[in-house]
This record gives sequence, C-alpha cells and structure tokens, in this order.
Amino acid sequence: MTIKLTCHAGIGPKVEGIALVADDNFSARYDLDRIKGVFSRPQHKLFGQSYKDVILVLNTAKGGVATAWMLYEMTSRLVAPKAILLNQANTILVQGAALANMAMVDRFDKGDVTKLIETGDHLVVDPQAGQVDVNSLNR
Amino acid sequence: MKLTDKEQEMLAGKAGPAVKWAMEHQLQVGRMFDAEDMVTVSQAHMMADPESLGESGVQFTEKIAEDGARVCIPMITDPRGVDLAWYEPLGQTEQMADLERRFIAACQTMGIMMTNTCINYQTIMPPVFGDHVAFGDTGVVIYSNSVCGARSNFEGGPSALAAGLTGRTPRYGLHLDEKRQATKRYVVSSNPQDLMEWGVLGATIGRMSGSYWEVPVIEGIEEAPTSDQLKHFGAAMASYGSTPLFHIVGITPECRKLTDVGGKMLNPTPVTEEMLDVLKQPFTAIGDPLDVVVFAAPQLSLVEMAELANLCDGRQRAETTDVLVCTSAQVYSDAVSMGYVKQIENFGGRVLVGTCFYQQYAREIGEANGWTRLLSNSAKIVNIVGGYGYQPALGTMQACVASAEKGVILS
Repeated sequence: MTIKLTCHAGIGPKVEGIALVADDNFSARYDLDRIKGVFSRPQHKLFGQSYKDVILVLNTAKGGVATAWMLYEMTSRLVAPKAILLNQANTILVQGAALANMAMVDRFDKGDVTKLIETGDHLVVDPQAGQVDVNSLNR
Repeated sequence: MKLTDKEQEMLAGKAGPAVKWAMEHQLQVGRMFDAEDMVTVSQAHMMADPESLGESGVQFTEKIAEDGARVCIPMITDPRGVDLAWYEPLGQTEQMADLERRFIAACQTMGIMMTNTCINYQTIMPPVFGDHVAFGDTGVVIYSNSVCGARSNFEGGPSALAAGLTGRTPRYGLHLDEKRQATKRYVVSSNPQDLMEWGVLGATIGRMSGSYWEVPVIEGIEEAPTSDQLKHFGAAMASYGSTPLFHIVGITPECRKLTDVGGKMLNPTPVTEEMLDVLKQPFTAIGDPLDVVVFAAPQLSLVEMAELANLCDGRQRAETTDVLVCTSAQVYSDAVSMGYVKQIENFGGRVLVGTCFYQQYAREIGEANGWTRLLSNSAKIVNIVGGYGYQPALGTMQACVASAEKGVILS
C-alpha cells in the first residue's frame, strides 16, 4: 500500500530508499561516527545503527553549525544518508543539504513524520514536488 | 525570490563563478524558508574546522579561491581545529595540520581575516542593535541576537562564505521582526552565580525549548549578568536546543517588558532546581579517575583566564590528568603579558591558541592520549563530546582545578 505524504518543497534530487526512523533530533557532530558511518552518541535512539544509504526520518536539528560542512564531507566519501526527512529543519541542515546536493524535506501536512513513517518503509522522496511516497509492508 | 539588478548580475555570473555559486546556494536556502528577498549584511563569520571540512571541504574552498573569489564585507573565522604551534604533542597528525594550512591559505587568498575565535563579540567587533550579520558558531549567533540585538540566522560554513562573497543573505528567520517574538516563557526562581551554573540553566531552557524556531523569554533574572555568564548561558542553550535567540525581561535589549516580545500571552513554565539537577545528573562522576580537564566552548575571555590563573597559582596538576585551555589569539597575547598563561603552565596546563577542544578532532586526540573521562565547566562541551567517545563530567572552574590537582573528580 502506498501512502502519499505532502510537505514543504525541499532541496536536492528525487531519491528512493529505506527509512530509518526515530523520534529524536540530529547533529552530524554530536551524534555520528562519520568514519564508521554509525550513530555513536549513546543517548541517541539510533545509537549503533548505520546511516549509510538510508533515508533518515527525524524530528529536528540539535546543536551547532558543523553539520553544514559535514553533510558535504559525508557525501563526498559516499558514507551518507540518501535523504533526511524532518518535522522541522533548521537553517544548518538546509544549508548543508544545499551544498551536498542531498535530498531534504520538512513540514509535513499530516503531522509528525516520525509517526507517519516506520523504519523499513520504502520511500520515494521528491523534494521539488514536496511529496514523499511511503510503501509499507506492515500497513 | 525578488532580486535586485545587482543580485541578478551575480546570479548570471557577471561577478565570477564563485559569486554565482554563492547566489545559487543562497537562493536554494532562501526558497526553502520562503524568503522574499535578500538583506545586506555588515559582517560574516565562518565556522570551518578541518574535521568538519575534510578533504572535500578544503578542496571546495580552494576551488572557490582559485575562481577569483574575494569577500566584499569584513569576514572573520571561528576557531581552528589545529593549533599549528602545538599539534604533534596533542596527537594530531601532519595530514590534519596540512588540511588546516591549505584551508587557511585559501581563506587568506579570499581576504578573510583569520581571527579564529568564537568570542568575537567580546574581542573583535560586536554587532550593534538591528545590525544584520551572517554569523556561524551557535554561541556567536545566540549572543549576537540576544545580547547585542543584532540579526543573524545560524549560518553554517558554506552559507557564511556565500554571504561574505555576496554581502547579503536571504531574508528569513531571525532577520524578520515576527520571528523574534517569544514563543516560550520560562520563570527562573534562583539566579546562578557560577559560569557552569549559567550553562546548566541555559541548557535546561534550551532542551525544553527544543527547536531552532522557538524563542524563549525568561523572567526572574534580577541583576544584569556579566558577558561571560551570558556567553555560557547562550552557548549551552544553543547547544541543547539549537536555539538562536532568547530574551531576558529587563535585561536584553528587545525585551524591556514582557509585552515587548509578546510574552504576556504565553503560559509560564517554572524552571525548578529539580530540573537543573536532572540536567546535571548524567554528568556527575565523583571519585572517578580523571583523564583530562578542558576549559573551552566557548573560548575563555581575559576575565576567565585571570580567574583560572588565580585558581592554578601555586598548585600542580596530577601527573595522570591533562589540562587544556582554549582561548583566542586576541586574549592570549594579553594573558601572556599579564602572567596568566605562565601561571596556568606552571600548574601543568596547556593554553591552546585559536582553537576549541571539540573542533580539534576530539575523537582522534582522545584515542591518542588515552582520554575518556573528561571534566569541564562548559555545559556545551559535555553535551557534545559523548558522541566522540568521552565520558564527560561537569564541574565549576574551582572544582575542575581541584580535581585536576588530585587526579580524580572531587565534586
């Protein structure tokens, strides 16, 4: 079954991939071991999980400005998520996505995106159209 | 977005490929935040340490410089990741230092002033009320917005560079009056004295506030805090909440009265001692052996350097506990001439110039030196370094010095 979610128009190319979801916030500096490609902050709900080539679905940003450079650096080494979906992006995440040409969207019409999408769902993210297609085996 | 003739020319490449990139970047960001036009800015401040940049970020910056880019407004830099006068003893490699050298060279080619500081509002040129700026470093932005009354969004390194090249930034977020109104209201019942306690209060409010787009207004601060107190308060709030602006009733310039920022309509949330204790609890480790004490995040002011030097005077750190102090070059030279650096060095501490600990390949230097248990008086730094493999603990400056002396965490 495919669910179509609409959101604010975003940044980056149309991509598809598997969702990794948490009701938690995000900072590339605070939360990641960017060499290993995993969440490394023990308090993060995705601690220990790989973010490589998945579509991250999270609440909002936390902390500092380093993520703007780090998304570009992660993408250049091909150890990066395919896209990041958020309830509300902050300026740094958007600036980083713009430089890295990473797909990013936020502000979903139907509410909390971390509840609308489950880990393992197959997603098609179209930032220019502001649309995310969700294919779930569980619903 | 509506662009002026000059901006249209930049976008068309008439000012060169670097400025064209900068305009394109800014338009992408501006459209996502529904900016209607651009606003000119008086200064830019760029965060860019080599760990964040990596090889690709340095190459990107070098390419921009090679394309003939020159900044058109005063542009300064956040702390570096490598103190080129002292990096091998810290466990940093020649490769890290080389990335740093290449980045510095590219910046200098573009006319960027390598101030390497996150306390530019204390040492370089504070923005003035109503001044539109493009600042990076969350601590710089929240202080400039809140205490100075300037107007800046968090500008990451690429966007700050773009602003330096175009002299403008998209007009969204905190450049707009309506986005500076309070959205959350907190009531403080006791006023902190120590810098660490100011950081804990800021962190607690930041964590509750919880989003870049929330603006806390705070009641109950009875006396004007010092610049250093607000520095730690704001830096911690920004770290925990991604918060770029706060108001304190009767203290900060946009909020003489609660009604000035729309606070009367908001439900007040008390900030209790219990809440502050909850924030501190994960960073309590009394009796644990201590690997390293860090004074940084933000860099220390001259007043903090004097206080630290006074605490260190006549004492000696334990052999098993390293002590690092990060300050700016501007403060360092005064701290040398006033004898503060000597007092800290006699204690066994090392003063790093133009860097900040968490921006210095924190994971790699921790592994190289065997540092796990870290103690600091910065609520910001203890929030950051957990992801780098540290077990951080929080204490006052006095407790940090006393713990370094004994080699164990005392309180």
